[in-house]
This record gives sequence, structure tokens and C-alpha cells, in this order.
Amino acid sequence: MAELTYRDAVARGIAQEMTRDPDVIFFGEDVAKAGGVFKTTVGLYEQFGPKRVRDCPISEQAILGAAMGAAMTGLKPIAEIMFSDFFAVCFDYIANEFPKSRYMSNGQLKCPLVVRTGNGAGSRFGAQHSQSVENWAMMIPGLKVVAPSTPRDVIGLLAAAVRDPDPVIFFEHKSLYPTKGDVPDGEIVDRLGTASIVRPGKDATILALALMVPRALAAAEALKAEHGIDCEVIDVRSLVPLDTQTILGSVARTHRLFTVEENPRLCGWGAEIVSIVADEAFYDLDGPPVRITTPHIPLPAADILEDIALPTAERIVDRVRRSMQG
Amino acid sequence: MAKQAVRATDGSRPGINDDIGEEKRLTLYRLQVEIRESEQRAFDLFLQNLVKGTSHLSLGQEAVAAGFAAAMKPGDLSFCTYRGHAHTLARGVPIEKVLGELMQRDNGLMRGKGGSMHLTSAEHGVMGSYAIIGAHLPIACGAALRAQYKGDGDVTVCFFGDGTTNIGAFHEALNFAKVWKLPVIFVCENNLYMEYTPIADVTAVEHPAADRAAAYGLERIVIDGNDADAVYRAAMTAYERARAGGGPSLIECMTYRHSGHSRADPAKYRPEGELERWKERDPIKIYRERLKQFGIADEVITKIDADVRRRVDEATEKCKAAPPPPLDILTTDVYADGGFAWRN
Repeated sequence: MAELTYRDAVARGIAQEMTRDPDVIFFGEDVAKAGGVFKTTVGLYEQFGPKRVRDCPISEQAILGAAMGAAMTGLKPIAEIMFSDFFAVCFDYIANEFPKSRYMSNGQLKCPLVVRTGNGAGSRFGAQHSQSVENWAMMIPGLKVVAPSTPRDVIGLLAAAVRDPDPVIFFEHKSLYPTKGDVPDGEIVDRLGTASIVRPGKDATILALALMVPRALAAAEALKAEHGIDCEVIDVRSLVPLDTQTILGSVARTHRLFTVEENPRLCGWGAEIVSIVADEAFYDLDGPPVRITTPHIPLPAADILEDIALPTAERIVDRVRRSMQG
Repeated sequence: MAKQAVRATDGSRPGINDDIGEEKRLTLYRLQVEIRESEQRAFDLFLQNLVKGTSHLSLGQEAVAAGFAAAMKPGDLSFCTYRGHAHTLARGVPIEKVLGELMQRDNGLMRGKGGSMHLTSAEHGVMGSYAIIGAHLPIACGAALRAQYKGDGDVTVCFFGDGTTNIGAFHEALNFAKVWKLPVIFVCENNLYMEYTPIADVTAVEHPAADRAAAYGLERIVIDGNDADAVYRAAMTAYERARAGGGPSLIECMTYRHSGHSRADPAKYRPEGELERWKERDPIKIYRERLKQFGIADEVITKIDADVRRRVDEATEKCKAAPPPPLDILTTDVYADGGFAWRN
């Protein structure tokens, strides 16, 4: 067991899979010699060499297209898109190409690749380098969508993503890169499609993803200590496949549901989950499901504005308390 | 490969044993006729409402598909556009499978799940037909990257139209391929029109592909895309370069489509006489004359024509008799487990 940053876990996860499988290659902008603009891939170029770890031009379409062509013909590429906001300039591959080739070809073509990307706010980068766009990927049939919140999950879910036969969009949260966590020694391989109950509780279920997980946990501690409300916190981890059984099971015990989403309000992942719960567990609920999200705005650059845009532990506490206590 | 071995022929056919040779020339002719007859049949089936959706025919552009396919080795990969019937047929995909897909029958290449614009036959090296302009150029780079990385020795060819040269992915892919010296051949079929608009009206240079080549350190190549011999020779040169580790090529083939952009387009925007002038340069007409020049007997040519027509007729009848796809394939093959489950 060692303490590792989320940032260093990325490189360890990639290295673990590249060591295991010579068909795994990795490329993106500034990822090789420079070790990544967020320093997430330091040492990989030195360890695996220029054939397997490659710097690309600023050509997001070429990066994702090449990853797809390599994947469909036998490699297991990991491609990096530096900021998830840049998905908008290569969205054809994410929306039209990766997820549809197997279906359109009646199963003749495969697309086993991973797109890693820096997602989320907190860096004061403004509206085009800070978004949480996991819902852009979640809405597309044929993709799998993962967003880890801890260093251990970064490694385990990245390994699962690389080994998965389908295209996986892997959202790393930029504000989590410096955070630390315990990571076991040796190989770590997790399973896609599994949520994790990170804090058991009996009064309410709080669902969170990525940076919102530590905030939900902090809120749960405060709710217990200050208001006697015992919340169960679930790290959703994987939006597709979605572990609805863990979520429905929790709601059946707590009878209340809150989602904490960094995305802007409309069509966030929580909306889909709330609709599932409304459909399938309506009579388990003792009150209306509540979504706690960023307002439906582009994100501002100024720190004091960005800080009040995202759900905070305080906002979560306030919203849960008001909903629970009326 | 350039010096193709051919069977000895008698002295009454001067020049037939050149770098292309009799056997390859008959293949080039047969492929062109197969494409012509199949595409014409697809058009006729439209008129009978037996082909649904859209369709983009290669009538008049057969020489490009035939010339490249004849230069390929087994294992070489093709990436096509929505105007991809010709390139799919040229790789040896059965006519029935192509017409079946156009007619949305269960015997189609993808059992009706892809349709005319997405013909795919991985077993023949046809790695898909792509209907988003430019999308497949980077994908072809990735296939070539795999070949280079694994030392597989195959070469990837990517066909596209003149309109593709003005989208970003074209430029990203050319740069990418050159920087990494990928074994990929980019083939622009310049049929003078991007959909309904003359390409010259919307492009900064005369030759939309070739005049951009220098920007990516590539040779400027413009060829007569209606002459299958010229296409074949250019293809062989590019394949040899790619197999020798010499990196990518970009080839602009000048050609012309006899029909409109798609099923919906009567092509009324064409200046008077243009189509007629190009029909004088019909690739099949050119090639039939070429075969005669080389002393190939009329009966040989007529027999190829008749064989192809018979095969197209047989394929048509099989497709007409084929059932539509079963409804349960609606949700298959979304994910690799064969299904579409996104939750537990």
C-alpha cells in the first residue's frame, strides 16, 4: 500500500496496461516528451519509447480518428484529449464514429479504445476549459463512460477500460489531480458498471461523481454532526454501464434521493437517474428527488464566481437539510 | 508487382505484355463493368421503389475503383465514403450482398443495419464506408499506424471526393500521415462537383487535393481518373512506396459522375453539353477500345459483359426474394457483448 496522487495514478494505470499488453499504445498532445500538460503521463515516454508513446499535433480529429483506425484493426489505443471541452472539435468520432461502427456493420467492426480527458472546473480557466461534459458522452448509444474520484479508482477503472472491448470515455477531474489516496501494491483491475457506496447511511442517498464525491462526503459528515441526518453517499463512478441496482437498493433503504452534479442543469446525469428512480422506485420515496447542480450557465473564470457556481459541501448540506426537515 | 507476369500471348496483340498485361487488363475491364452494371441496377431498383433511403452512385467513376482494387494485395484495407458501392464491389464483395443492403434485406452486407452509405465487409478488407465528410481519413491513418507498429506489411487506401478537401479532417490527416510516415494512400476522386456546387467555385486552388499536397510535403499527383491503366499505374507506384516505408501518397483522379449527387439530385446545375463531353470519355468506353487496340477479341469482351449482366440479374432476383431483416436485430451489436444494455 502506498499513498499516491490522482495525477500519478494516471501514469501508473497506463504503465500497468502497457506493460501487460504490447498492443496498448498511447498518444495525445504534449503527452510524451513533456509528460502531459497536467503532468499525468510523466515517465511513460522514457519507459515505453517513441513507438508506443507519441506526441501528436493539435489535431483532435486526427487523434481520435487514428485511435479508432488502430482499434478497429487490432491495437488497444489510449488517446488523450487535453481538455474535455475540446470534444466539441472532434465530436464526430465520439458521437458518430466510435459508437456506431459496430452496429452499422452488423458486428463486423470493433472499437476497443479509451479516450482519456481532463474534465471539470476549479482551475479558473473559464467557460471553455472547465466544463463537465460527461453527459455529452452518456447520451450516445455505444459508448461507455467512466469518471473516477480516487487514485485507486483511476488505476482500476483505467485498466478495466483498456481491457474492455468497447469504446470508453474516461473522464479525469482536473481538480482531483493533486489529491492523494491509498493505493494497493501490484496490479489493480476494477469493473466498469459498478457504483461504490463510499459512506453507508440510513436517512438519505446522495449520488455523486468525480469532484463531487469528496464534497458529498464532507456534506454527509456535516449533516450527521450538525443535523443528525445520516446520509449514504454513492460514488456512481460509471455512467455507462450504470449500476442502477446499487442506486435502487440504496433508495429502497433510505427512501430519499439527492444527486450532486457538476454539470449545468439541463440533461445532467442525475436527471436520467431521477427518472429511473421515479419509474421504478416511486413508492420507495418519502419525498421528491432533489438534483443539486451547477446553474445552467457557462462557467466564469473569476475564482469567487466559479466557487459559487459549483455545488459546494455547504450547498449540499443546506439543500439536503431543507428538503429533509421541511 | 509492377512487372506483372502474364501468360504468353500471340504476336497479333502488340504491347499487351507491358507492365499491366492481358490478365490484369481483363480484370480491370471486368471490375469496371461489374460496377457499371450494379450501379445501373441500383438506379433501376430505385425507380421501382425497391431501393429505399438515399444512394450515391459511381456511374462514370468506375476506373478509379477498378484501378486501385486491381493493385491491392489481400490484406490491404479500403476506407470508402458514402459513394462507396464501387470500391466495395471492386474488392470482390458479392453483388448480391451489396444490392441486398441497398434493398434493406436480410441478405445485405449488414442485414440492413447500415444501408447504402455504410457498406462494410471486413473479410474483404472494406473497413467501412463513411458518410461524414472527411471522417475516415484520420481513421485510415490509424489503420496504417497499426500496420506500421506491428510490421504487418499491409497498406491502407482511403477514397474520398473533391468536397472532402475543404474540411479540416483532410488537412489533419495528411499532416498526421506524413509526420508519422504512415503506409496510407489518399485518393481524391475529383468529379468536379461537391454535391451540387462546382468544386472550383468554393476552392482556393485549381486542383483541390493535389494543389494542397506541397503543404504536407507530398508529391503533387493528378491523373486521368477515367483511364483504368493510368489509375492502376499510379496505384502501384503508391503501394510500392508505402510498402517500402516511404510513407503516404495523395493522388487526385480527374473523373466525372454521370448521375446526380444522390438519388434526389437530377443534376440540373450542369452546363449544357458537359455530361455529353464526359460521356465521350466514359471509362468503360475508353477501356473497351483499349482492349481492342491490344487485340483482345470482341467475343472475349462480349462474354465478360454477358457474364456480368447474368450475375447482376441473378443477384437482383435473390435480393427480391430475400426477406427483410428480423426485428430482433434492432438492438444487437450496440456493444461488444452483442446487446445494447447500458444498465444493470
